[in-house]
Amino acid sequence: MPETALLSARGLAFEAGGGRPVDGVDIDVRAGASVAVMGANGAGKSLLLRLLHGLIAPAAGEVRWRGGPLDRAARRAQAMVFQRPVMLRRSVGANLRFALAARGIAGAERAARQEEAVERARLRGLAHRPARVLSAGEQQRLAVARALACAPELLLLDEPTASLDPASTQAVEALIREARESGVATVTVTHDAGQARRLADELVFLDAGRVAEAGSTAQVLDAPRSEPARAWLEGRLHVGAAR
Amino acid sequence: MSPVVHMMLFQCINFGKEILQEMDGFWQALGRAVGLIVGGDAELIGIVGLSLRVSLGAVAVACLIGLPLGAAVGAFRFPGRAAASVVLNALMGLPPVVVGLVVYLMLSAAGPFGVLGLLYTPAAMTIAQTILVAPIVAALTRQVVEDLDREYAEQFASLGVGPLRRLTALLWDARYALLTVALAGFGRAVAEVGAVMIVGGNIAHATRTMTTAIALETSKGNLELALALGVVLVAIAVAVTGAAMTLRASAARLAYA
Ligand SMILES: Nc1ncnc2c1ncn2[C@@H]1O[C@H](COP(=O)(O)OP(=O)(O)OP(=O)(O)O)[C@@H](O)[C@H]1O
Ligand SMILES: [Mg+2]
Repeated sequence: MPETALLSARGLAFEAGGGRPVDGVDIDVRAGASVAVMGANGAGKSLLLRLLHGLIAPAAGEVRWRGGPLDRAARRAQAMVFQRPVMLRRSVGANLRFALAARGIAGAERAARQEEAVERARLRGLAHRPARVLSAGEQQRLAVARALACAPELLLLDEPTASLDPASTQAVEALIREARESGVATVTVTHDAGQARRLADELVFLDAGRVAEAGSTAQVLDAPRSEPARAWLEGRLHVGAAR
Repeated sequence: MSPVVHMMLFQCINFGKEILQEMDGFWQALGRAVGLIVGGDAELIGIVGLSLRVSLGAVAVACLIGLPLGAAVGAFRFPGRAAASVVLNALMGLPPVVVGLVVYLMLSAAGPFGVLGLLYTPAAMTIAQTILVAPIVAALTRQVVEDLDREYAEQFASLGVGPLRRLTALLWDARYALLTVALAGFGRAVAEVGAVMIVGGNIAHATRTMTTAIALETSKGNLELALALGVVLVAIAVAVTGAAMTLRASAARLAYA
């Protein structure tokens, strides 16, 4: 295992319904790295993110955090934005406060980080609004800002801009890029090749729970070597041409 | 007209007259009942006040017990959790008279808590109603909290939320639904007659509640007071339902439902 790996998974498998929707996945995330995860619907991307975050237990293989076990302390050094953001039945500000309090941040520090997160998510003026009445885009921005407020070393993002309009997509991508520039490692699941190029240096392409191809984002997208990645990209181009 | 038909007609008319007279009695009694309410009859107010004190007290204590208990069963995985859910649900349907009987035996002079001298006091009635309402609060809370936990579980795990914060957060975020739960418990308590009758004894100016008074006054033929109390009881039921609906509406408006 490379010395610099923040997170590394070997032979990761998840069992469900008599099958293995994730099977034998190796992945390394170095400190400050930016990784995109792509693959068709049902390829196992969301499950992989949950495994990396320690939310579900692998049937085989293991995830190491800084060479040690993936325990609660390790999870606290990560943050995850789910495919469907989970908002507490509270105001925008209270959602941020809750996350910070859960991470053991209190007092003036918490107030400052809350303020900063509201600014970041461009939700000033909406801080007292119930979070669940925000639009999908606003909720997604809040979810990303909430995750970043926890000052993670690794940020896991599951399709953070799915169903967002171009402006909201840009806003969320700006947040992710900002995090990246400040040294946060990111793993972003996306169906958008353009987004993968904008947000990630490395790309892991999943097919039926296995890594079909991994490499630099440009190499995988410009010159895919695996059949699944090639087929997926062609399908994408086809859809693009039809529009 | 044949004599038979004549006879039948005569009977019908007589029957109608009787009904009208009865109805007359009803409307007169209702009129006097409304008079009692509007005039602020002292006995009526005393009975209503005691009823509310006993039932609100019981709901308060039942919530203190039922909310954390239900939330714990709903949020935590532990051996026997499914059994605990079943027991809570089963206890929801406890027959009031049986609860009254058991509390009576506990509090009677020969019972284990006889020395406290609580039998035939409002405290005894509050205890009995608490036993009736606590399982309702706990069982409904468990359901509400379990549903909410399903939605929050991964986010909480991701944030590393500890057990105590998790419990309080689930209770707080379910606050609108839980207020409705408390209202349901209050509705059950205030309308209940069997348990308070047995442990309270329906003593005038001491342990006479709306329901026990209605039972007694009706059997004595004092329909005015019985009806007046009935009207108040129905009004309380309507108010409770109205409050629950208002809560639900505002929760939905804030997306807190
Ligand atoms: N708990 C589960 N039990 C059984 N099967 C599951 C479970 N979770 C996921 N699966 C299956 O595993 C496969 C991968 O699911 P996953 O959610 O990881 O897909 P995905 O790559 O994120 O897809 P999408 O692009 O649609 O989000 C799917 O076929 C899904 O039905
Ligand atoms: Mg997914």
